[in-house]
Amino acid sequence: MSEAYTSDEMMTVTAARMLRNGAVCFVGIGLPSTAANLARLTHAPDAVLVYESGPIGAKPTALPLSIGDGNLAETADTVVSTPEIFRYWLQGGRIDVGFLGAAQLDKFANINTTVVGPYKRPKVRLPGAGGAPEISSLAKEVLIIVQQSKRTFVEKLDFVTSVGFLTGGNAREAAGLSGNGPVAVITDLCILRPDPDSRELKVTSIHPDVNRGTILANTGWSVVFAESCEKTPIPTRPELDTLRDLKARTAAVHSTQGDRE
Amino acid sequence: MAEWMTLAEAMAAHVHDGDTLAMEGFTHLIPFAAGHEIMRQRLRDLSLIRMTPDLIYDQLIGAGCASKLTFSWGGNPGVGSLHRFRDAVENDWPSPLAIEERSHSDLANAYVAGAANLPFAVLRGYTGSDYPRVNSQIRSITCPFTGEVLAATPAVRPDVAVIHAQKADWKGNVFLWGILGVQKEAVLSAKRAIVTVEERVESLNAPPNACILPHWVVTAVCEVPRGATPSYAHGYYERDNVFYREWDRISRERERFSAWLSQHILKTRDFEEYLALQRDPLVKAIYQ
Repeated sequence: MSEAYTSDEMMTVTAARMLRNGAVCFVGIGLPSTAANLARLTHAPDAVLVYESGPIGAKPTALPLSIGDGNLAETADTVVSTPEIFRYWLQGGRIDVGFLGAAQLDKFANINTTVVGPYKRPKVRLPGAGGAPEISSLAKEVLIIVQQSKRTFVEKLDFVTSVGFLTGGNAREAAGLSGNGPVAVITDLCILRPDPDSRELKVTSIHPDVNRGTILANTGWSVVFAESCEKTPIPTRPELDTLRDLKARTAAVHSTQGDRE
Repeated sequence: MAEWMTLAEAMAAHVHDGDTLAMEGFTHLIPFAAGHEIMRQRLRDLSLIRMTPDLIYDQLIGAGCASKLTFSWGGNPGVGSLHRFRDAVENDWPSPLAIEERSHSDLANAYVAGAANLPFAVLRGYTGSDYPRVNSQIRSITCPFTGEVLAATPAVRPDVAVIHAQKADWKGNVFLWGILGVQKEAVLSAKRAIVTVEERVESLNAPPNACILPHWVVTAVCEVPRGATPSYAHGYYERDNVFYREWDRISRERERFSAWLSQHILKTRDFEEYLALQRDPLVKAIYQ
């Protein structure tokens, strides 16, 4: 063991590493935004971060609490209107990577962020679609970052908000979706990638200090491990330092009250 | 033709019970002062439209002003749930709330269609999603040139749009900058438009290509300094992140929300008095 780190940090660092330098990335709020900005501050300084509120090429100094924080606009290459973001930039085919979170996820990487329980009488009313349905279908590829548990990794979604590989196999291509879909799901326990044929998510890399039993116990379907399952490299000192600095700056900003006297 | 008036006058004159109302502002420039005035005037049966309902519609829903909500993402950004919205959807409190749920891309396109006087929006969207199953307004159309099937959804055509902006001149020409969301489209898609601004100025001094709404597309304009707080106004004040977090506590239980509504909104005369109340050390203390 070298440095101590949390499972959350392991997840964020692992997700950040997946974003290649120069990629144009459509960033969801929360975990995706943390990972995308960590990537930008470490190995991917030329990653272009696009937020649905309009900033293109945002380089925030602290993480935004909301998707339209002023710091995103001030540090962006340009700020366009929300219709333009979705019409010219996402639908126009200019997004390399969509970076999404999820409330529930199934084995074909379909996502639910709408309801738990029946739609008309939900047990839990979640926020809903946001930009995710079109990001998941139109970005050239999709990364999903999510905490793994039986509540989130379910056999059957209560509602399909945004699509991964639908029912698997070539269902996604058959539906006419232009993007290639999810390439990886990064959790606090492991990395899952879709099987090239069945498109079912398989565990391809296990984080240090996590065993297969823990992954099985936190997955709502009988998850398969890839034959060449690897061990995820631990976070480096610079990665951890950068992430912690970013979080400290963020905490300072989020406790401000604007100019309230 | 824009008419300068007080916010109370603008709401009384141009927003009526039963109206379809779009109050826009994407995190930035959310017209909170106008939302408060709607609660004070006890407007009812409103069909609300907004991409991100945010605290502004959580307040209106909890206050019983709304009978329908069209939206695409209903959460307290970075904090959690909108409790008044959830209580209305899950438990019909204080009254049942019909919902029409769409995606961001859809609603953004639908505002564009409304502004362009088209009956519907066309987009690549919803393929494989369950939304068309629960929202019969999400339909499809076949391209007459290529045969491709695309999503088609109704244009947004509100009775009234309300936005907040940084400046307006004496004639009522409005200037806004920073994150623009769908504010321009909301104004141009609506029959009437009310704009609150940080300040009234002699001249806008706007560069070419600036986002200007000419006075002749604005119905009423009202000077309401800090009228977007607790959201922010670029160049004027920051987002009050503490209030966004505190709202989780204020809104979680019906009793506490009702007490807030009574003390902070119904018993204050206007937004200025509301802001003065926020500076009260006793009130400030609960936000720390």
